[in-house]
Amino acid sequence: MQLTKEERAMLKGKHGKAAKKAMQILLALANIYNAKRLIPVKSVQIAGVSYHNLGDAGLELLEDLAKDARVRVLTTLNPAGMDLENWKALGISKSFAEKQKRVIEAFRKMGVTITCTCTPYLIGNLPLFNEHIAWSESSAVCFANSMLGARTNRESGFSSLASALTGKTPEYGLHLDKNRQAKVIVEVKAKLESVADFGALGKAIGDKIGNTIPLIKGVREADLEQLKSLCASIATFGGTALFHMEGITPNKTKVPRKKVYITKRDIEKAKKELSDRTEIDFIAIGCPHASLRELADIARVLKGKKVRKEFWIACARPIKKVADLMGYTEIIEKAGAKFACDTCMAVAPLKGRFTGMMTNSAKACFYGRGSNAFKVKIATLEECVREALK
Amino acid sequence: MILRGRKIFSGKVSGMALVSKKPISFYGGVDPKTGIVGEKGHPLEGKCIAGKILIFPSGKGSTVGSYTIYRLKKNGKAPRAMVLKECEAIVAVGAILAEIPCIDKIKIEKIKDGSTIEVNADKAEVRI
Repeated sequence: MQLTKEERAMLKGKHGKAAKKAMQILLALANIYNAKRLIPVKSVQIAGVSYHNLGDAGLELLEDLAKDARVRVLTTLNPAGMDLENWKALGISKSFAEKQKRVIEAFRKMGVTITCTCTPYLIGNLPLFNEHIAWSESSAVCFANSMLGARTNRESGFSSLASALTGKTPEYGLHLDKNRQAKVIVEVKAKLESVADFGALGKAIGDKIGNTIPLIKGVREADLEQLKSLCASIATFGGTALFHMEGITPNKTKVPRKKVYITKRDIEKAKKELSDRTEIDFIAIGCPHASLRELADIARVLKGKKVRKEFWIACARPIKKVADLMGYTEIIEKAGAKFACDTCMAVAPLKGRFTGMMTNSAKACFYGRGSNAFKVKIATLEECVREALK
Repeated sequence: MILRGRKIFSGKVSGMALVSKKPISFYGGVDPKTGIVGEKGHPLEGKCIAGKILIFPSGKGSTVGSYTIYRLKKNGKAPRAMVLKECEAIVAVGAILAEIPCIDKIKIEKIKDGSTIEVNADKAEVRI
């Protein structure tokens, strides 16, 4: 493989030990996936931030690297295992908090922007059309590829960090036009209204076609919140990193011949599979992290009410700052709901604390069951609020 | 006999082969403190990979597995080398982080469990 002078220097260790290791990893991946060269990336999103998932090994490794690692491009972080400011009120132990803070400190030392959100595109890491990026976090990868027309493979936490430290990624997979074409038409024959409906659509498609790139037809309109939910769910259940949606997404694609249908029955089946028989003692909104409009909606439906169950809203800290300014935070907190910034129900250590979780997110149902052993129920925001008031 | 493959991470070692016919999930499948395979029903269940030359078709499971390989090394419980049929990203990243000699594209069915073999990753060779 042809390397530039700078890449060779990194490989020889002239830019430090961390950059050398990062370059070794990218070249090994390039080799495995038959990439002909490395290409520059404009931004990086790093997953694998929660100490819950990293463990001591991950923490030690990050601290080792931080001795001489420096990021070369705009790099943002996925949610951590706790709210970095308000962790005590959310019931996180002191020993966990100390380890989690060390993880964040190691990233900060490397020059990573300490955003801690799965929706970096809402708070300033917004890739443009055709821009090459190296992102992990499957929902954000799917959003960047599909909705924005940027180009990234599904990176792992470490391969994305390697890209941050070198500014490069191997050119293969979704960086190339030929691999971004739809292979199957998915004709949607169902009326979709809520964020939960779009989450169910993602599961129905993922279950039906796996990670084949679909051209989705029959969805007339969809807003940001519905689409970020769809991206999260289609990536969770199908492993999909890119989809096309007629009239809505910007990428060009050839029109495939093969066609499958998603009916009302498929959507209902998906929802049924995301609903266990259970009492609810935990309501969680914000997977992916809540947008400004969602916080405004939540404030509207919670105004003057009092929740009687644990009610969490996960969002990026900058989004909450705007909610503070708008008075949403006051309304929401007066109603007894809690903000969980920098973190979420999928990566926080919540096992054993709750029995049944109700959420408007299909992805949260999957991770609620898997990581935290909850029973789950998918519902609209309004239904979640009604449940919380019981 | 010499088997030739592709270098993932360099180094030259020899030792006893521990052969798995099934892929290995390092995250959740191998205890990073003991090096013992814990995955239920896995052909290596209950066996220790520490100090062995680990022969397996490929990695599987969560990408956090790369960190597990690194952690095994830190605890002195890592395999001496890894030889695979097809190395994917999890094992490749783990091998490089932990600096464990690693080769893939090897006809692993030719290697006998318990035999002493030599791995020369720089030449991408396994001598059996």
